[in-house]
Amino acid sequence: MVRKTKKTPQKTMKVSDELLISMHNVSKWFGSFQALREINLNVYKGERIIICGPSGSGKSTLIRCLNALEHHQAGEIKVLGNVLDNNIRHVETIRRDVGMVFQDFNLFPHLSILENCILAPIWVKKMPRAEAVDLAMSLLERVKIPEQASKFPGQISGGQKQRVAIARALCMNPQVMLFDEPTASLDPEMVSEVLDAMVELAESGMTMICVTHEMGFARKVANRVIFMDEKGQIVEQNEPNAFFDNPKSERTRQFLSKVLTH
Amino acid sequence: MAKKSDIVFVREKDAPLLAPPLLESGAFGWFRQNILSTMNDFSSVGGAVRSLIMAAATLFIFYYSVNILWALIDFTLIEAVWSNPQGLKRELCTTALAGGVQHDGWHGACWPLIFAKIKFLTYGAYPFEELWRVNLAGVILIAGLVALMFERMPYRIHIGLFMLVIYPFLAFALLYGLGDWAGLPFVYTYDWGGILVTLVVALTGIVVSLPLGIALALGRQSKMPVIRGFCTIFIEFWRGIPLITVLFMASVALPLFLPKGVNIDNLLRALIGVTLFASAYMAEVIRGGLQAIDKGQYEAGTALGLNYWKNMRLIILPQALTYVIPGIVNTFIGLFKDTTLVAIIGLFDLLGAAQAAVNDASWSTPVQAITLYIYVALFYFICCLIMSRYSMRLERKLAKTND
Repeated sequence: MVRKTKKTPQKTMKVSDELLISMHNVSKWFGSFQALREINLNVYKGERIIICGPSGSGKSTLIRCLNALEHHQAGEIKVLGNVLDNNIRHVETIRRDVGMVFQDFNLFPHLSILENCILAPIWVKKMPRAEAVDLAMSLLERVKIPEQASKFPGQISGGQKQRVAIARALCMNPQVMLFDEPTASLDPEMVSEVLDAMVELAESGMTMICVTHEMGFARKVANRVIFMDEKGQIVEQNEPNAFFDNPKSERTRQFLSKVLTH
Repeated sequence: MAKKSDIVFVREKDAPLLAPPLLESGAFGWFRQNILSTMNDFSSVGGAVRSLIMAAATLFIFYYSVNILWALIDFTLIEAVWSNPQGLKRELCTTALAGGVQHDGWHGACWPLIFAKIKFLTYGAYPFEELWRVNLAGVILIAGLVALMFERMPYRIHIGLFMLVIYPFLAFALLYGLGDWAGLPFVYTYDWGGILVTLVVALTGIVVSLPLGIALALGRQSKMPVIRGFCTIFIEFWRGIPLITVLFMASVALPLFLPKGVNIDNLLRALIGVTLFASAYMAEVIRGGLQAIDKGQYEAGTALGLNYWKNMRLIILPQALTYVIPGIVNTFIGLFKDTTLVAIIGLFDLLGAAQAAVNDASWSTPVQAITLYIYVALFYFICCLIMSRYSMRLERKLAKTND
């Protein structure tokens, strides 16, 4: 019965009432350039949010603020009940429970695939090594590359690297996963294997915030699509069908007409 | 208008896989590509002139290289005196004309001189009955280092910890002594000399400058202005003055600032000077490695919840240090050879001891200095070669795991 609802993720706006992330009037400047303008966003447990927009619109900055890779300068961000502030202890608690996947994979090249995965569980969560290895192998199996465990990042393809990056983040058993353009650096042949892993993750009920231009993927798994413009503000957000078929704002229509034509 | 066969093509059979052309491989291929290629162009006048000049220069350089090499072999091996059955001194390595036993026109190395001076060149004036202490420390050192070079050695980590943590104290107790109660009477450092002093200065410098250099490099990249400023000033200060000045300051100027009666050991002062000097260079080498690490690596570690120190220790430094192994070993080798400068402040390191042996009138012959300096050069060359070969092996090993 649960299985059935998992197969096709619900496309309603709100999946659960449990608020995981809230951003209230968040602004961020790089020097005198304002990258984020008064962002307001609530993310509930189980939501799959896609953020899209032209380059320079602050999409990446937005999700990087959620685990304090960038520091916001105004407004308030609350993640998993902790306020993101300068208190390093709050920040580290949040990072432990928020997984992140980067555009350029950022695997550790000096460690094998398995070691990449077990590093954080062992050193951050103090998990016994044998347990961490079991966990990592089960997650590598989940992203369908258990046979690569003893190889090094330099020996596998881009698509495999990104799936390892997903498994590495999942090893920390995060409550939220952030994806920063996970398919943008991949060869076209490899995009689908990464998206498949992400769809599987979405179906399992993971809360995901994903910056991407894969509109087919957005339609398939998102329950909310957010569009940001060059000024660093949220212009439109809606559930995917309404967003793609009937965008309300002129700027969204312009953007979609450019990314959906081919 | 292009023909149809130029536009439409469907491969039905794989293109054949061919062996490389003969001229490109084998000994002849190598000779052709590396020697002949610069001197076989006779298609134009300019090319022909250049080819002839290259050929002449190649022959000339080859001739003189062989000549020099032969002179060296002749001097050190063929003409050299090896044995001294009669226990002669000066006469052994002088020609009959000058009152010696060698034939006229003889010119070769006088190895019995080295054998006679070997104790002084190795230990300086270290008391004879206590030499076993130096030998024991040396044997443990060599055994430990050799054991650490082998990857598969059981208990390798334990051996490493022993060498890094316990051995320095053990070596100090053995070399300097603990006092008569322990059966290890003090041997003061002004009696130390030769290879002993060279190795003590070089190894202390090497072992201490690496962690100190890492700390300084991290400090220089710190976000905290006080730490960053301190590290920057420290590095620039030590890099900005010559080592000779450091040593002179340590041995001549420092006592002026110390209160009366306080006396710091001369060797210790040289050790501190050399070590701080080397750490400043080491810091800059390692900073180069840190800067080569992609920002994404910091971010990936941070996003996984690693704090600054774990991030550095587990992710950044292993990669950064691997990148700069050539630079690190370069600094080590430089430091090893720079230890000869301590001779200037009156310490008898290997070069200082050799110089003292050069001035020994009882062995005064035309080949006395050359023989001693060849021995010193050989010692430094072998030590530096070991370091450089080991670093190359380390690089190859790490290159296999990295992409």
